[in-house]
Amino acid sequence: MSSSGEWPLWEVFVRSRRGLSHTHAGSIHAADATMALRNARDVYTRRGEGSSIWVVPASAITASSPDEKDPFFDPAADKVYRHPTFYDIPDEVRNL
Amino acid sequence: MTEVEVRTACALRLGDDGLVLSHRLAEWASRAPELEEDVALTNIALDLLGQARTLLTHAGGLEGRGRDENDLAYLREERDFVNCLLVEQENGDFGSTIARQLLWSTYQLGLLEALTRSTDSTLAAVAAKAVKEVAYHRDHALQWTLRLGDGTEESHRRMQAGLDRMWPFTAELFERDGVTAEAVALGIGPDPDGLRPGWDAAVDAVLTEATLRRPADTWAPTGGRRGLHTERFGHLLAEMQHLHRSHPGARW
Amino acid sequence: MDPTEALEEHFRRTVEGEQRIEPRDWMPDAYRATLVRQIAQHAHSEIIGMQPEGNWITRAPSLRRKAILMAKVQDEAGHGLYLYAAAETLGTSRDQLLDLLHRGRQKYSSIFNYPTLTWADVGAIGWLVDGAAITNQIPLCRCSYGPYARAMTRICKEESFHQRQGFELLHTLSHGTAAQLAMAQDAVNRWWWPSLMMFGPPDAESAHGARSAAWRIKRHSNDELRQRFVDMTVPQSEVLGVSLPDPELRWNAERGHYDFGALDWEEFRAVVRGDGPCNRQRLAHRVAAHEEGAWVREAALAYAEKRRREPAA
Repeated sequence: MSSSGEWPLWEVFVRSRRGLSHTHAGSIHAADATMALRNARDVYTRRGEGSSIWVVPASAITASSPDEKDPFFDPAADKVYRHPTFYDIPDEVRNL
Repeated sequence: MTEVEVRTACALRLGDDGLVLSHRLAEWASRAPELEEDVALTNIALDLLGQARTLLTHAGGLEGRGRDENDLAYLREERDFVNCLLVEQENGDFGSTIARQLLWSTYQLGLLEALTRSTDSTLAAVAAKAVKEVAYHRDHALQWTLRLGDGTEESHRRMQAGLDRMWPFTAELFERDGVTAEAVALGIGPDPDGLRPGWDAAVDAVLTEATLRRPADTWAPTGGRRGLHTERFGHLLAEMQHLHRSHPGARW
Repeated sequence: MDPTEALEEHFRRTVEGEQRIEPRDWMPDAYRATLVRQIAQHAHSEIIGMQPEGNWITRAPSLRRKAILMAKVQDEAGHGLYLYAAAETLGTSRDQLLDLLHRGRQKYSSIFNYPTLTWADVGAIGWLVDGAAITNQIPLCRCSYGPYARAMTRICKEESFHQRQGFELLHTLSHGTAAQLAMAQDAVNRWWWPSLMMFGPPDAESAHGARSAAWRIKRHSNDELRQRFVDMTVPQSEVLGVSLPDPELRWNAERGHYDFGALDWEEFRAVVRGDGPCNRQRLAHRVAAHEEGAWVREAALAYAEKRRREPAA
C-alpha cells in the first residue's frame, strides 16, 4: 500500500485465444487480486479480446534490462515501474 | 389475458427494469470512486441496456401496434412503465448503488435462470445470453458488498445505510399478480414466490460474510408493475424523453 | 568521453535509429519530464473529456445512440487509464498526477472547457474534436517512448469508431428535419475554431517543438497537423451538408492545401489560463468525484489488509 492510499499497481497479461501465450496488455490499479482480475477484465477485454487473464503485482516483478550487458541502463530501477520519484516538485514551480 | 398479452407483459416488465436501471447506472459516468470502477459500472449499464433493447423490441413486436424500442422507451407516459420500484431508486452514494445492485442482480439471476426454460423462445434466448452477464453483475456487487461491509467503519455504516434504504423495495420483486399467475400456467415465466428461497439464501450468505445486518421486513411499497411509481421516476423520464419528444417523428 | 556523455550518446543513437526507449533505459531527465508532462496532460484530457459527452448520456434521443455514447465515454475512461499507466512507467504514480490535475498544476486539453449545449454537440465532438485528436495521435503511435507508443496504438485502434459515430450522428441530423439541420450547423459553428486550436499555438510560438522533434516524441509541427486536419475535414463537411464558419476558407491550388482564416489566439490563451466557459465546472466535478470516492478506495484497501493478516485457511 502506498502512503497516499493509492491502490497498488498490477500488470495485466491476456491470452486472446486458446493456443496463444499470455501477452502483456497493460496495467491497472486494485486493492487486491480478486478486484485486480475483475478490473483487468473490465478494462482490457471490453471488446471481448480475452479468454484468460493473469494479474501480477507490479512490485513482484523483477526486471532485467535489454541493455544490461553494457552500462546503458538505469541500475537504480530494479522494478518495472518504480523509478525513484523525482517528481515531487514544489507548488510554486510553474510549467514543469 | 391472451397468451400473447402475457408474453408481452413479461417482456415489457423485464425490459423496463433493464432500461431504467441502466439509466441510473449511467448517471455514474465520470463520477465513480476510481477510473477502473467507472469502466466496470458502465459495462453493467451497457449489458442491461442491451437486454432491454431486445426485450422492448420483442414486446413491441408481440403487441402488434407497430411500436419499436424507441417508441416504447420515449413515448410512453409514467403510468405506462411497468418496471419495479427498486431499479428506479436514485443512486445515492456508492454504498446505496451497490446495495441496489446486490439485491437486484441476485433476483435477476434467479429469474433469468428460470426464463431460460420459457416457452417464449425469444425470452428464453435473451435469458440464456443475459444469465452470463448478470452472473458477472452479481459477482461485482458481491465483491463490493464484502469490501464495503467489512472495510472501514465509515464504509460499513454507509453500506448498511444503503441496504436499509433499498431493502423495502425488494418485497415487490416476489409479488404475484394476474400476469405472473398466467405466466406460470403457460410456462412463460416462473412463480415469483419460488424465487424467494434462493434469493434469501444468497443474500443472507453475502450479508453475513460482509458483517452486515439483514434489515427487517416492515414497510413494503409496491405498485411499479401497475405503473404506480415513486415521485422521482417522473423526473428520470422527463430527462430521458425530452429531446426525443421535442422533435416528433424525427430520426436520430 | 565522460559517463554522462556516453549515456547521452547511446540514447541519441537509439532514438535516431528509430528504436524505442523502454522504462529501464537511461534517459535524459528533460526527456523524462517532457514525457510525463505530455502523457499526463493527455490522460487528464481523456478523463475530463468524459464530462462534456457524459452530459448527454441520460438525454440521448434513441436507445442505439445511448448505447454508443455510453460505450464511447467508457472508452475515454479506459484510455485515460492506459495513459496513466504509461506515465507510471516513468516513475510517477497516478495519484500524484491526479493530485496535480486537481490542484490546477497540470493542464488538460482546452477543448473540454467548452459546453455541450445541444445533442448535435455530441456529433460535433466526435467528428471534429476526435478527428483532430486522431490526427494528433496517429504519429504518436511511433513515438520514441515504448509504453506511450503502445498505449497510443491501442487507443487509436479503439477510437476509430469515435469519429465515425460523430460523423454519422451529424449526417443523420443534417439530413433530418429543418430543426435538426439547424442544430447540426450551430454545433459545427461553435466547435470548428476550438478544434483547430487543439493543435496548439503556431509553430513560431511553440515552446518545445524542436526538442520534441529531435527526441522523436513529436513528428510533425502544430501547423502541419492543423493543415492536414483542415484538408481532411473540408470535403467531409460538404458530404455532411454543413458550412464551416470561416469566410476565408478556400482551396489554394498552388499550395495544394486549403487556406483558412486566422485563429483567435486571445481566446485560446484565456481558456488555457482557466477562463473558458467550463474550466471551473470541469475541475470541480472531477475533484468532487475523487473526494466522494475516497471512502470507497479506503474500504477496499482496509479489506485487503484484513484478508492479508488472516492465517491462510
